[in-house]
Amino acid sequence: MANLKELSKRPDGFSPGHRLCAGCGIPIIPKLLYKVTDYDIVVASATGCFEVATTIYPYTSWLKPFVHSAFENAAATISGVEAMYQSLKKQGKIPANRKLKFVAFGGDGGTYDIGLQSLSGALERGHDIVYICYDNGAYMNTGIQRSSATPYGASTTTSPAGKVIPGKMQRRKDLTNIALAHHIEYAAQTAVSHWNDLATKLQKGLDIDGPAFICVMSPCVPGWMYPSDQSIEVTRMAVETGYWPLFEMDHGVFRVNYRPKQKLPVADWLKLQGRFRHLFRPEYTYVIEEIQRQVDDYWEYLAHMEQAFPAPPK
Amino acid sequence: MAKIVATTGNSAMAYAMKQINPDVCAAYPITPSTQVMEEFSKYVADGVVNTNLVTVESEHSAMSACIGAAAAGGRVLTATSANGMALMWEMLYIAAGMRLPIVMALVNRALSAPINIHCDHSDSFGARDSGWIQLYSENAQEAYDNLIQAVRISEHPDVRLPVMVCQDGFIISHSIERMEYLEDDEVRKFIGDYKPMYALLDIDKPVTLGSLDLQDYYIEHKRQEAEAMKLATPVITAVAKDFEKMTGRAYGLFETYHLDDAEVGIVAVNSAAGTIKEIIDQYRRKGIKVGLLKPRLYRPFPTEAYVKALGHLKAITVLDRVDSFGAMAGPLMLEVRAALYDLPKRPVTIGKIYGLGGRDLEESHCQYVIDELVQIAASGKYRELCEYITVRE
Ligand SMILES: Cc1ncc(C[n+]2csc(CCOP(=O)(O)OP(=O)(O)O)c2C)c(N)n1
Repeated sequence: MANLKELSKRPDGFSPGHRLCAGCGIPIIPKLLYKVTDYDIVVASATGCFEVATTIYPYTSWLKPFVHSAFENAAATISGVEAMYQSLKKQGKIPANRKLKFVAFGGDGGTYDIGLQSLSGALERGHDIVYICYDNGAYMNTGIQRSSATPYGASTTTSPAGKVIPGKMQRRKDLTNIALAHHIEYAAQTAVSHWNDLATKLQKGLDIDGPAFICVMSPCVPGWMYPSDQSIEVTRMAVETGYWPLFEMDHGVFRVNYRPKQKLPVADWLKLQGRFRHLFRPEYTYVIEEIQRQVDDYWEYLAHMEQAFPAPPK
Repeated sequence: MAKIVATTGNSAMAYAMKQINPDVCAAYPITPSTQVMEEFSKYVADGVVNTNLVTVESEHSAMSACIGAAAAGGRVLTATSANGMALMWEMLYIAAGMRLPIVMALVNRALSAPINIHCDHSDSFGARDSGWIQLYSENAQEAYDNLIQAVRISEHPDVRLPVMVCQDGFIISHSIERMEYLEDDEVRKFIGDYKPMYALLDIDKPVTLGSLDLQDYYIEHKRQEAEAMKLATPVITAVAKDFEKMTGRAYGLFETYHLDDAEVGIVAVNSAAGTIKEIIDQYRRKGIKVGLLKPRLYRPFPTEAYVKALGHLKAITVLDRVDSFGAMAGPLMLEVRAALYDLPKRPVTIGKIYGLGGRDLEESHCQYVIDELVQIAASGKYRELCEYITVRE
């Protein structure tokens, strides 16, 4: 992997001047995507913050081909694009040496929830695509409604913290493992705070022939409620507390890519964000304890996965 | 050289698809259109087409993949019916709004509930406002011919809109008829090569498709879509002329049967027209001047042409194989009646809802309709503006 200085000199596919919020984590992903590869890429995006803030007619932030059609179908849309590419290539209508790659973006709502079927279909059919879910933990574009990616205990506009209910009372769905169950060669979880991990995973996803899935934690200033200059710190803390492990399944080998030297209590991450503020009331301490239990439980699961899918002996 | 065959409406559509040889086809099974894709899959498996067949996990994804594929820059076809099309609903509008030339073989079937697999037109008539061109087909020959013409219509630079070709589920899709197939190379020559105006795969000319389009531009884009629909009518006529040169089979915006000298007339799409023609023959033998207008085109609705063809009648009954619940009458009846409004001397126009869920339109029903028309022509009065027939009450 090149260093950041070298990457910064490589051509851009995604231009500044988009209308995502100050501090939004999403633009880091497309910026890196185009920089880590020499492939020409066609991007499809689901409806959501990313799409609406980068394609306001007559402007576009996309210097390379881009298509949006609806909310729940980025995976199906990119399937069609890729299918056309394969067809025209086989017919000799696209030169054999012109190798294109196909990437779909969806938010957690567009991926974990309404787009899950379309994602599953695309992964099962084996299209040569990389599906990237930018996971900001809620339907942000429509005003911070809960999704199945919203963390346990988080307050959103449809799971508000109230007098008797302390925010969302369901655990986040483990989407990366759902993707893995399609027997795809590459699935990974990463975060925008760890550019090197993110860049490596994007590159790996692009390099394989076939479907790859990458779930990227991406912070949201209005949704998580923290100062807009703290995005990277807040996201990094999700990794350091173990709430958001960085891992991958790469050709049958399961790896945890980063182990915090000293796993901090999850409360250290929660307390940085307004969406968890209510949990620090005395009556809701049990919710924080439950979140900690979930985090510890998940690390046990990761350990089992590493044992079950070890690297082959050298 | 044309080849005479005995085949079903579904096989005819699958054969047309084989001859069209689309670059991508994405579809999902549903009765009664399933066979279209089954037979087409066999053509793919045998390597007689270049098509990349995407066997999606739903109709929503079928239309989404068609949109992606068409936006990528190639020829795209699909097939569906009823609930399948209902699941595509959102994407139908998007296909049209993005001005993508997708062609759909639609085998008309009743929408649930109650669930029913047989023919009515609730699926395609429900989609009338989606921006798709709609061509209706009386029989397998017309379904086949329409599908081939649809490719040229949808890809025409003035149009660039998706087209659905409708035929009646089971009544036509599963019945064997005598018909003529063109040779593969005749079809290929007729449809020609497709050169998209914008293509995602044209990497050196990058485009952003499907932008967010707000108050400052949306209505202009919709206005262009409306204009494309208007421009489609002459294109459909021109393509039909070319098709006639090749096949001798004439197509226009509609077909008429004994209409020119008629005093009363029936308007009906698809297979019902076949039955009605038979009964018209009976009445003509008795000296009763009844005729038929069978629309080929419902969207765009060629108002002037329909008014010209129907304006001289004293009374008209429009048959709708679909209800618009709570409306004054069925959708075709309302539009025909509205079209005639500006005439100084308008025909009395009434409607019937018939055949929902595959109920047959029988001889006696047609006789009932014509007998009533004769009375209306004499008295200038009608009993009911819109009435269900073919029903037990
Ligand atoms: C079928 C459909 N349902 C609902 C919506 C409204 N909608 C648009 S974006 C969005 C939320 C997107 O959430 P997510 O995928 O998490 O992305 P984010 O907004 O966080 O970028 C919703 C509910 C829609 N456009 N289409």
